[in-house]
Amino acid sequence: MADLAINLAGIRSPNPFWVASGPPSNTAYQAHRAFEAGWGGLVWKTIGDPIVNVSSRYGAWHAGGARLQGFTNIELISDRAVDTNFRELTEVKRRWPDRAVIASLMVDTRARWHEFVRRAADAGADGIELNFGCPHGMCERGMGSAVGQEPAVAERIVGWVMEAATIPVIVKLTPNITDITVAARAARAGGADAISLINTISSIVHVDLDALGPLPAVAGAGTPGGYSGPAVRPVALKMVQSCAADPAVGLPISGMGGVAQWRDAAEFLALGATSVQVCTAIMHHGFRIITDLLEGLNDYLDAHGLASVGELTGRALPAVRKWEHLDLRERRVARIDYARCIGCNLCHIACEDGAHQSIDLVPPGDRGPGPGRPPGKPIPQVREADCVGCNLCSLVCPVADCITMTTRPADGPPLTWAGYQADLAAGRIEPLPPHS
Amino acid sequence: MPTSPKLDAATLAANLAETCPPLGPQAARREAERCLYCFDAPCIRACPTAIDIPAFIRKIADDNPTGAARTILSANILGASCARVCPTAELCEGACVVRGEPAGPVPIGRLQRFATDAVAAASPRALLPPSAPPTGRRVAVVGGGPAGLGCAAELARLGHSVVVYEKRPRAGGLNTHGVAYYKMRPEVSLAEVALVASLGVQFRYGEELGRTITLPHLELEYAAVFLGLGLSGGRRLGIPGENLPGVVDALEFLEQIRLRPPAEVPVGHVVAVIGGGNTAIDAARHAHRLGARRVICVCRRGPRELAAYPDEVAHARAEGVEFVFHARPAACEPDASGHVAALRLDPHAPPAAVNDEGYVLEVDMVIRAIGQPPAGLAGNQWLPGLEFTPRGDIARDPLTGATNRPGVFAGGDCANGGREVVHAVAEGRRAARAIHTRLTGEIPPELIQASGRGTLSADGPASKTPPHAPLTGGHHG
Repeated sequence: MADLAINLAGIRSPNPFWVASGPPSNTAYQAHRAFEAGWGGLVWKTIGDPIVNVSSRYGAWHAGGARLQGFTNIELISDRAVDTNFRELTEVKRRWPDRAVIASLMVDTRARWHEFVRRAADAGADGIELNFGCPHGMCERGMGSAVGQEPAVAERIVGWVMEAATIPVIVKLTPNITDITVAARAARAGGADAISLINTISSIVHVDLDALGPLPAVAGAGTPGGYSGPAVRPVALKMVQSCAADPAVGLPISGMGGVAQWRDAAEFLALGATSVQVCTAIMHHGFRIITDLLEGLNDYLDAHGLASVGELTGRALPAVRKWEHLDLRERRVARIDYARCIGCNLCHIACEDGAHQSIDLVPPGDRGPGPGRPPGKPIPQVREADCVGCNLCSLVCPVADCITMTTRPADGPPLTWAGYQADLAAGRIEPLPPHS
Repeated sequence: MPTSPKLDAATLAANLAETCPPLGPQAARREAERCLYCFDAPCIRACPTAIDIPAFIRKIADDNPTGAARTILSANILGASCARVCPTAELCEGACVVRGEPAGPVPIGRLQRFATDAVAAASPRALLPPSAPPTGRRVAVVGGGPAGLGCAAELARLGHSVVVYEKRPRAGGLNTHGVAYYKMRPEVSLAEVALVASLGVQFRYGEELGRTITLPHLELEYAAVFLGLGLSGGRRLGIPGENLPGVVDALEFLEQIRLRPPAEVPVGHVVAVIGGGNTAIDAARHAHRLGARRVICVCRRGPRELAAYPDEVAHARAEGVEFVFHARPAACEPDASGHVAALRLDPHAPPAAVNDEGYVLEVDMVIRAIGQPPAGLAGNQWLPGLEFTPRGDIARDPLTGATNRPGVFAGGDCANGGREVVHAVAEGRRAARAIHTRLTGEIPPELIQASGRGTLSADGPASKTPPHAPLTGGHHG
């Protein structure tokens, strides 16, 4: 059993999985259910001066039969009374002393920030998360992503918070910005203890083609919402990596964005996250998904000989490089296993129309029927000399392990673009011929 | 005189419900999403009418059932009935590349039904593009079954004036009169006839070749003639007692349910069905549904040699139909009233593997289902000069349907000896295109809305994409 406990800037939790600030962390009732299920921490739904919500709030993009692959919401911060939120937070923390309970906050003036920061600490919170990311509604009032998108403003507000803070402060960043590290550096400059990212991405998930208006619709109109769910995960992973790899940021990271399964979480950890937050997947399936997250991560750590989850954090960062440091001489080619090929020929048309015209359709010859290909039906054949190793065929192939990308002997010793440019400048190498 | 078993109305209705109910929209989309959208899809090759199956299924997944129906009906005007009666396990679904998955092949037939049902309430005619301008040429189609309808529809779309001569009061052929009721309701077939009529095709009912019309007469009046006559009635057993009351032909038995309320269709308590083909299975399952206590299929061959599709046999067995193999009927024997009371089997027919009851099956109904002979046209004075095959089918070029008489074409069961509905439609359609070429000297435009992946050949589409031949002998990205 690997040690799953973490310590993020002084916030301890028995495992790295936190319920993210959002609808699942709205009440003490939900927090109790989450902790009973096994979640290591919970970031309370953002507490601020009470707001009023609209009735239609969520929309989704379903990828075929897989529902909620993208999810959008136009719900605002907590619409419950401030007193109620802090009172319930106290109850929850008292009952679950070993779990991390973090108060997400969003107010406007320096005085209000001081007041809310103190109240969070008084309520027993283990830490504070500053919501600088909400991309809908609150930003129109000068809060949320309106703050996160202005590094100077963010830095100043973090400074106000730190004036009053007695517990660790996490700044939650918005992805709705060109370079996330600028916002992360501002958080650092303001004195924050950690960052969390990503908040949701500003989005319009669908247009109702009959009503000709966006979804979700409120009395015939809509507003851009915050996008989350598996569809945003690659964006979130890259932003986490950018912050983790930036020495000028240098803060522990709570990563989130589309985590639904243990592999997703492990990927965030490997790219530098210390804890991982989950919201949309809980909204889809409930708190019970924690059992898979815990078991899968633990088994992975055991299988790879990692004694603690902390050993995974940042472990993939060294392999993320600039393009110019990739080896230009690595040669990969597609290989088709005709014992598995079902004859859909999707690889052919993908390569033919979408890539590099390196998969022919040829008579089947003596390659047999595979798992039941019609006799005589043409089958795909890779022209290895022309295959650029792009992976497209292996990505579109619907059969597991039918098309594998194999490494061919390199044309020479490793050569990066940077090295190539240096060698060219020094006259040590002839220019590589352009592709035909 | 035995009386038919009486089932209460609810039981009868449940028994006669469609065995393959329609898919709902969500189930259809979920199944459609299983389609890989193969390039050069083997299902298209397996479909005699070469429907662009991946294209129509993708449209269902794309929430566009109307477009899906357009794709289907452009290739096969009888797409609605074929969705119900095609032996899909033997054709498209039997070639589906995901058929090895636990969930089985994509249910192409049921998806085709979903798409065609989706447009059934509206006028399917509006789906199809306008027909070509009138050519002024007139073509006679003899026989309003699937071959004739397939031919007539394509001719009409190509701008020709078409008259269908149908001997019965209703067209559709076996789709209207002979398909098992639990597979398809006759209304589906009649709606297809209406669709063909909406293309401008005229139907003349009660017209029978050799009785009210003759081939020479048609040749005089029309620029071309298509013969889609089908087969004759069921083949006779040639045994004593065959004419007893209670001994019936399978197709006549299957037609009864269309002629009277189901509760009034005569059926025995214990029924012997003679034959091992698909019609025999249809008749056996039908008799069972109508209330027969026992139904025994008496087959000349063994269980592995049956002509019926394995799926059909398995369904029949699951429903309780019994089988006697390697048996040869010797006589139908009457009771005191003269009604059939027993089927005697020939004890000398080796290997004579016989049921526990010995060589006499006590039955009160015998259904004959040993195939349909050719229409008995060979030598008919009203078809002078027409050549026939040795077994009595109209001889024709399988690619074009052209017979030895210029301008006379044939297709469907009367030419192929009896195949599936979808083969008849395909042959009718191919003949129509050959007739168009004959009348205009032009290759007809491709009316199938295809995804640009090939053309038809004799028995379905040819290889859609020739092996890639690099233009420059090397990479040309």
